[in-house]
Amino acid sequence: MEYEIVIGMEIHIELGTKTKIFCSCPTEFGQDENTHTCPVCLGMPGVLPVLNEKVVEYATRAGLALNCEIAHFSKMDRKNYFYPDLPKAYQTSQFDLPICTGGVVGIEVDRVKKDIGITRIHIEEDAGKLLHESADGTLLDVNRCGVPLIEIVTEPDLRSAEEARAFAEKVRNILEYTGVSDCKMEQGSMRFDVNLSIREKGCEVLGTRTEMKNLNSFRALIRAVQYESKRQIIEIKKGHTIIQETRKWDDTKGSSSSLRSKEEAHDYRYFPEPDLVPIVLEPAYIEKIKSELPELPEAKKKRYIDEYKLPEYDAGVLTTTGVTARFFEEAVALYNEPKQISNWMMVEIPPLLKENELSMENISITPAQLVALLKLVKNNEISGNTGKEVLKEMFSTGKNPGDIVKEKGLAQMSDAGELEAIIEKIVSDNPKSVEDIGAGNDKAYGFLTGQVMKATKGKANAQVANEIIRAVVAKHLA
Amino acid sequence: MSLTREDVTYVANLARLEFSEDEVTALADQLGAVLDYAETLSGLDTSKIKATEHVLAVQNVFREDEIKPCLTNEEALANAPESEAGCFKVPRVME
Repeated sequence: MEYEIVIGMEIHIELGTKTKIFCSCPTEFGQDENTHTCPVCLGMPGVLPVLNEKVVEYATRAGLALNCEIAHFSKMDRKNYFYPDLPKAYQTSQFDLPICTGGVVGIEVDRVKKDIGITRIHIEEDAGKLLHESADGTLLDVNRCGVPLIEIVTEPDLRSAEEARAFAEKVRNILEYTGVSDCKMEQGSMRFDVNLSIREKGCEVLGTRTEMKNLNSFRALIRAVQYESKRQIIEIKKGHTIIQETRKWDDTKGSSSSLRSKEEAHDYRYFPEPDLVPIVLEPAYIEKIKSELPELPEAKKKRYIDEYKLPEYDAGVLTTTGVTARFFEEAVALYNEPKQISNWMMVEIPPLLKENELSMENISITPAQLVALLKLVKNNEISGNTGKEVLKEMFSTGKNPGDIVKEKGLAQMSDAGELEAIIEKIVSDNPKSVEDIGAGNDKAYGFLTGQVMKATKGKANAQVANEIIRAVVAKHLA
Repeated sequence: MSLTREDVTYVANLARLEFSEDEVTALADQLGAVLDYAETLSGLDTSKIKATEHVLAVQNVFREDEIKPCLTNEEALANAPESEAGCFKVPRVME
């Protein structure tokens, strides 16, 4: 029997606002415990939350970028549950009237294109952080309480770990472009929940699903999906029924375990938040945000193919992140050789980033410096191989390519006069080679070229040198 | 009676409340009466009335995204029954 994996995802993304969703405490990551709190986010009695306008703007922007409808009317609700990371004993979220509905994101896996439906996006507050470090209790840091989140909920449209990953990456790229979040997974700015079930292929009805929460890397996402789908298939083959439950993924062990039976939605006893008033967005407001959206990865990729005549592969790689695309565009603006720039950015730069423990975000060379280097190569002032050496030096010292070439004497010898003197001597010193050439053995040219390169420490312009060698040899044979 | 003893026990559990057998019976009666009373609203014709999404007529009350001073760590923890290492301390939570 053939089985089909059915996956729906929930993606939590921390918005990059300066302050929290309902109070003016900063959202900055990595501060001392409980230093970014106030009576509102501590859940003191009698306080009044006030919604951060940037949260509405960012959620609208994210929704538009993910092709959603933006609600004219939406409101906040209380989601009640007891857990010590939530001082109020409820999370302020959105229930029946979320700010965005009905979006779609296109993905491509193994050259197959597919649309993944987005059911809704709502805004809510993040919870605090529990630290299990104390011998006889659990410690709570409230700094993260009230950091604004959007939760993106998909339709059960995903069918494999690869599709889940492709979707998550696409969402991250799009949101990073729009600037609503840094999407840094290592800081918990982007976290995935996976709802997964198995059914017989061709069956229309969904199987019983389990939920895995807080997967915080693409690797964890892929492994958790692979593990859980395998586990469910084994259970079904044994004739067992799948229990609807929340499971905890342990990335170190590479397995999941049952956490608790998933509480039904009405257990949260959602009700409208009486302390916050409804959000009403006029078409003009939505239009304005739409008009301010930056060019998104898909459109940019298409433009790179059309405008810069780049292969689809190059265009895809260069538009993966906003910073990479910006670097490329700045370079092209200075120097209209898109393919040459693309080659160096795709082939030479990534290993150097790795070697220097850098990323495109904090790369140690500027687009102008890369362009200066590529011009040296293009104009034959240095060879391609020397160019790679110079780039390496640029990464570690931050120096300009011209200066490095001068300091290290790496400039290619293209001056015919200078080369002629050297070649004249080499040809005179190797009469046997001249004889061989005279006898029709052209291989001897290669030997002579090698001698010239040796004499010039590889700096001779190969093309110029070859022409001169032929002329000098001809003279000797005459 | 519109509310069973099981309903009461279920809701009590969600709210982390504990009741004696007698209290459960009494609450089923009392809460049932409240629900029955609210039920009279169902007798009204609301087909021409717009649904109430929210009880306040006000909308769009926003704050600018500007940082204001926070409490110090000492102030934040001042009311905590227990604290340790700059954190609130609560009974051990098993993940």
